Amino acid sequence: MTDSATMALPGMAPPASDASLAHAGPAAVGAMPRLLPPGAPAMPQDLHRHLRSHGALPYRGGGGRPGLIAEIAAAGLTGRGGAAFPVARKMTAVTEGRRRPVVVGNGAEGEPASAKDKHLLWLSPHLVLDGLQLAAEAAGARRAYLYVHAGGHLPERLRHALAERSAAGLDRVAVSLVSGPQRFLAGEESALVNRIEGGPALPTFRPPRTFERGIGGAPTLVQNVETLAHVALIARHGAAWFRAVGTPAEPGSMLITRHLADGTTEVAEAAIGAPLAALLRLGSAPVSAVLTGGYHGTWIRAADARGLALTNASLRPAGAALGAGVLAALPAERCGIAETAHVVRYLAAQAAGQCGPCLAGLPRIADALTELSRPNPDPRWLTHLQRWAGLVVGRGACHHPDGTVRFVRSALTVFSDEIAAHRRGRCTAGTAGTAGTAGGPGTAWPRAREPFLPTAAGVPGFAQDWR
Amino acid sequence: MSVRLKVNPIACTGHGLCAELLPERVRLDEWGYPIVSAEPITPGLQRLARRAVTDCPALALLLQRER
Repeated sequence: MTDSATMALPGMAPPASDASLAHAGPAAVGAMPRLLPPGAPAMPQDLHRHLRSHGALPYRGGGGRPGLIAEIAAAGLTGRGGAAFPVARKMTAVTEGRRRPVVVGNGAEGEPASAKDKHLLWLSPHLVLDGLQLAAEAAGARRAYLYVHAGGHLPERLRHALAERSAAGLDRVAVSLVSGPQRFLAGEESALVNRIEGGPALPTFRPPRTFERGIGGAPTLVQNVETLAHVALIARHGAAWFRAVGTPAEPGSMLITRHLADGTTEVAEAAIGAPLAALLRLGSAPVSAVLTGGYHGTWIRAADARGLALTNASLRPAGAALGAGVLAALPAERCGIAETAHVVRYLAAQAAGQCGPCLAGLPRIADALTELSRPNPDPRWLTHLQRWAGLVVGRGACHHPDGTVRFVRSALTVFSDEIAAHRRGRCTAGTAGTAGTAGGPGTAWPRAREPFLPTAAGVPGFAQDWR
Repeated sequence: MSVRLKVNPIACTGHGLCAELLPERVRLDEWGYPIVSAEPITPGLQRLARRAVTDCPALALLLQRER
């Protein structure tokens, strides 16, 4: 996405006349993007460029602690890791313990359909690291961690960014970079705590609440890396600036990873409240369904998705949520049941393997979906599937079985016509668009091809410099 | 205050002893893992519930007091 000279990790000090520094900057009210550098392709921001665009790090100094938390509360910032919990409440909670808190930036974006955290860390690492420092100051923490997946070029770039800050004497709290395995659940909060404490990145059964007792028993503030980048901007520009974009109830912008029907994947920064139809370009190609919230998320019929907006308030009546901002438009020539089976097979393999019902149930659910994705399936597979889905919900130490079943159940609803068609030996995807059919005359079945939804680490079709 | 039986799904290995000792509150799913009822443990069941907790080969059961 950029030429090799700008991709070189060390140095990267640009000439002062660099065109990328000439833009008005995100400080302008309502201007976008805020978090990502401007331009396409965007230029990764080293410390020099970062400080030129955003200005100095606004530490509040002694007595300024409540100041930033109050500003974040006024801004209405919610966590961008998926749960949308009010950030100011979590920050206040860690300051109420007896021990000195610890702060963690969570960049372990385990979901293969999501690339926004990696993209942000690659392009704007210093905005995230500013947010980590400011959150640490506001919480009164003296230790901070940045947690990412191992592998690829990203940890190297982040180490470099930390070295740049250290050379500039910018950071008041030392930051340790910790990496976890390339697994779906590595970023789950109790798994993160276990990993930073030196153990395996596995979820815990009924862990104490992290903001009360996390790393080493200290109150621990875990914030998604995008959330921290918003913190860095709110500290600079204030709550009113933050609210100039978004809706009154769900203010600000958010990063989304969008999978368009033409097979391209992009990370974009969108104003909360933007219409899904525009974000997913639903008018441009036949689309059967939209996935919101990623692989623990919800399928919505394309006809129903057309009128929805990028807010939790809009998605809630459809049983859906924004989650961590994964959106996918499934092309009509793709079979929703086959896609769901493929993803659930992946989710079953990604189970931590700790809890019996999840370990036994998810592979069977994947088997049933695979059977239902074939011509003329035995209808008993649907009965089995529904029973197994009921048996795994609420029976894991973490939410993996619950999230998987939410995804599966939405597929059974949205693709009910597809299941009925399969029973008659037809697949609606085989009769749609230009995909071509297989199986000879009298049948309508799509030819076998690579699944649309990604399950390998890294997002196909997306400029992945961080890989 | 009521007492409920809980299972730690990470520790549980599906021996099934709990379902034999306390069928009033525990049944096994088709894979042999316990489905524990959310109903409180009545005084008459407390002795058996405590035995299920102490006899579990995986030490996966606990009694939780709730208000």
